[in-house]
Amino acid sequence: MITGNLNVIGYGLSAIGPGIGVGIVFAAFINGVARQPEARGQLQGIAFIGFALSEALAILGLVMAFALQ
Amino acid sequence: MTTLATAPNPGFDPPGVEDFQLPPIAGIEGLTKPVLLLVLSAIIIYAFFAWTVRRPALVPGKGQFLGESFHGIVRNSIARDNIGHEYLKYVPFLTTLFAFILVNNLFGIVPLIQFPTFSHPGVAYALAAMVWLIYNVIGIRRHGFVGYLRVSTWPPDVPWWVRFILTPIEFISNILLRPVTLSLRLFGNMFAGHLLLLVFILGGEYMLLHSESILLGVLSPFAFALGIVFTFFEAFVQVVQAYIFTILTASYIGAVLAEDH
Repeated sequence: MITGNLNVIGYGLSAIGPGIGVGIVFAAFINGVARQPEARGQLQGIAFIGFALSEALAILGLVMAFALQ
Repeated sequence: MTTLATAPNPGFDPPGVEDFQLPPIAGIEGLTKPVLLLVLSAIIIYAFFAWTVRRPALVPGKGQFLGESFHGIVRNSIARDNIGHEYLKYVPFLTTLFAFILVNNLFGIVPLIQFPTFSHPGVAYALAAMVWLIYNVIGIRRHGFVGYLRVSTWPPDVPWWVRFILTPIEFISNILLRPVTLSLRLFGNMFAGHLLLLVFILGGEYMLLHSESILLGVLSPFAFALGIVFTFFEAFVQVVQAYIFTILTASYIGAVLAEDH
């Protein structure tokens, strides 16, 4: 028998979207650097901000998984 | 998790939130490991920067070079790219913030310490509240209260009927939700990372010492090996999170300083 909290499955579901989003952000970053290597510095900051914003949803899901009992 | 061997019902007791509630040190209420780590991090950072600027020279030595490159990274790749032409005023704050978060995060993988301070949400909340106050005060001093609200919630060139929905969304996301996501991102990453390491190390320990099947004991080195791999991964995550916290702070300051939205 498996015991546990259904919240954790909710966290897994909430991580799908951010996973796809982070992939898209870094794909665009790599594309941009490949096309224009000298823009790397500027793109890096934007890429990390985009990464942080999309990752926020997964983090909220993780916190909710532990906060709601 | 020292109670594993003496737990009433045998079986693996997975690590959880209770592993982050450390007992007070020396019986003093409120004096726990995270508090000591905060003080220790302040001392480390002060000592590092005091050492690097001890004898400033035109041709920098090793120490001065280290300190100046750290400052240079924050100045060039974080502050200048995100704040705009007035960035120099905010570089000291951002450098301190970056060093503080970095040292506190790296405590998570330093042997014998091994506890990221920000895996306690309260520490992250306090830091995000400070950042929230700072960028709001900067914005209000620059634009006035009404002007600041207009800059952050009233994007130009939008049809009037869209504003009914856009302005509340902008208000919630720019003013209410920013400190929440800022603190929860840092807390969540540190918490999840520390939990991950606990799972692999404590699971490996359980498989090696407390399980009855031989197979699990033979497999336990894989758990420890993965624990080591994830320690390196955590080192990466900890640096990235410190960088992201600082770069987001810089971009919030840049956004409230901008004339247009």
